[in-house]
Amino acid sequence: MKIQAIALNTFREAVRDKILYSLLFFAILMIGGSVLIADLTLGEYHKIIRDTGLAAISLFGLAIAIFVGIGLVYKEIERKTIYTIASKPVARWQFLVGKYFGLLATLATEVFIMAVAFFVTIKVMGGETNAALLPAIWLTFVEMAVVTALATLFGCFTSPMLSALFTVGLTLIGKMSQELLAIGQKSETELITVLAEVAYRVLPDLSRFNLRPQAAYGLEVEWEYVAYATGYGAAYSAALLVIAAIIFRFRDFK
Amino acid sequence: MSEPAIRTEGLRKVYRTGFLRRSFVGLHGLDLEIPRGEVFGFIGPNGSGKTTTQKLLMGLNFPTAGKGWLLGAPLGDREIMGRVGFLPERPYFYDYLTATEFLHFYGQLHGIDKGTRLRRIDELLPLVHMERARHVQLRKFSKGMLQRVGIAQALINEPDLVILDEPASGLDPMGRLLIRDIVRRLRSKGVTVFLSSHVLSDVEQVCDRVGIIVGGKLQQVGTVEELVGQTMSAVEVVVEGLVAAEDAAVDDGFPVSLHRTTPRGHHVFEAPDHDAARAVVREALARGAQLVSYLPRRETLEQYFMDEAASMEKQEREEAAR
Repeated sequence: MKIQAIALNTFREAVRDKILYSLLFFAILMIGGSVLIADLTLGEYHKIIRDTGLAAISLFGLAIAIFVGIGLVYKEIERKTIYTIASKPVARWQFLVGKYFGLLATLATEVFIMAVAFFVTIKVMGGETNAALLPAIWLTFVEMAVVTALATLFGCFTSPMLSALFTVGLTLIGKMSQELLAIGQKSETELITVLAEVAYRVLPDLSRFNLRPQAAYGLEVEWEYVAYATGYGAAYSAALLVIAAIIFRFRDFK
Repeated sequence: MSEPAIRTEGLRKVYRTGFLRRSFVGLHGLDLEIPRGEVFGFIGPNGSGKTTTQKLLMGLNFPTAGKGWLLGAPLGDREIMGRVGFLPERPYFYDYLTATEFLHFYGQLHGIDKGTRLRRIDELLPLVHMERARHVQLRKFSKGMLQRVGIAQALINEPDLVILDEPASGLDPMGRLLIRDIVRRLRSKGVTVFLSSHVLSDVEQVCDRVGIIVGGKLQQVGTVEELVGQTMSAVEVVVEGLVAAEDAAVDDGFPVSLHRTTPRGHHVFEAPDHDAARAVVREALARGAQLVSYLPRRETLEQYFMDEAASMEKQEREEAAR
């Protein structure tokens, strides 16, 4: 009940905050604007609409996840709202998990609205949907869950500026992690190979959540892969939240 | 015998600040015992350790050394917080919640069922004179309204111990009166109140005992009478119709000189004791003046606090210089 109350409160605060609507507005604008981009290209008109629309969902979804995620805990400490919550019979991990799930619910709502705008754009332009679109959007959401957990972790012990820096940095590295692993494996220096391997194991491999090329070309997607990627995202997010909870458990609220 | 509401033994907090992690002692070994049902006033200048003490008590900060108990449970025990109410200084709450949603939320954090929450909200909003604002979002509240709704959240769980940090902050005289009434009402129900305040006249009026903290050290604890004493500091005599003789000051022939003249033309004398005051009255009456008031004055907590704080801070500076 306590985690649920904190999650619901976080969700309610977020959906009543008008800043998120402006980000959502631009996201929908870009999804709709994919038609213009498609017009400027030669051939593969509908593929470009699908590709640009999915990229818009991913880009704005991640922006919202980082933007709200880094302030999720920090803002509570800075504004001292945490004082009245941490002085209730609520464990700090419950607060953290509640905040996280509240933000996930907000992100799920945003992704849903963007997805609806995306499918409407495809239909209006006479394009075709395919079986890979929904798994692609779902894994984009899972990727956002991992990035939100990263932002939450950094928000527990650093300033928003540093949190944003670390989260954006790790998100970019995470998106290229398989390339980094490949470079390490090709290296003739064993140390670099080992370091690349360790970095790949420790850092989030966000490329696993990228089904956008398959969805754009209408290729088949295996459900086992989607389940595996979802499991990986959930496990990685849970591990990040456990670390965040341990740090948060022992910190003083200044 | 029941455990004290608050007990601390050598509670100490050292903060590390800045890049070089310089240490700063926020609280030096606090030993304090507050029995159940007492209203305890905690006063001290800014930066004296009042808020640090409260943060340690509420589990918001961790002590560097020492121990403490709330209602018999060690500090940091989450379950006992269900019997504690807390209002921090200058509270900030969630902007987009209405007063009712806000109180429901804090009730849920206490694990209170919906029926009880509804009953408590219907009791608390009128208590803090906020029933008209029950469906207004908190971002539209004034500072005083936030303070009132903050007090309501501190009482949502019908606590046995209430810790209030500057509850009168931002409140108008009516609001301050309301706080005093609430504190008296809590005392009549046997609730322990730990009240930190800069408004010393409020502390003087409602607190059973007072603790004075300066420089992170608890300097004095006692009842207001014990601290300021029952001794009289002066007797104020006010007379009207006093006319000066030709070529003489109005207070010529009086045992004490005139203290001031009021805008209404009353003459005010401050005599050091009753004998001198009586002599002032006799002289005034002999000159055909009338007695308006005769008021023995006791030292107030505010005067005492100002004197003590100044001397303690001076002492601290001297010790630091050595």
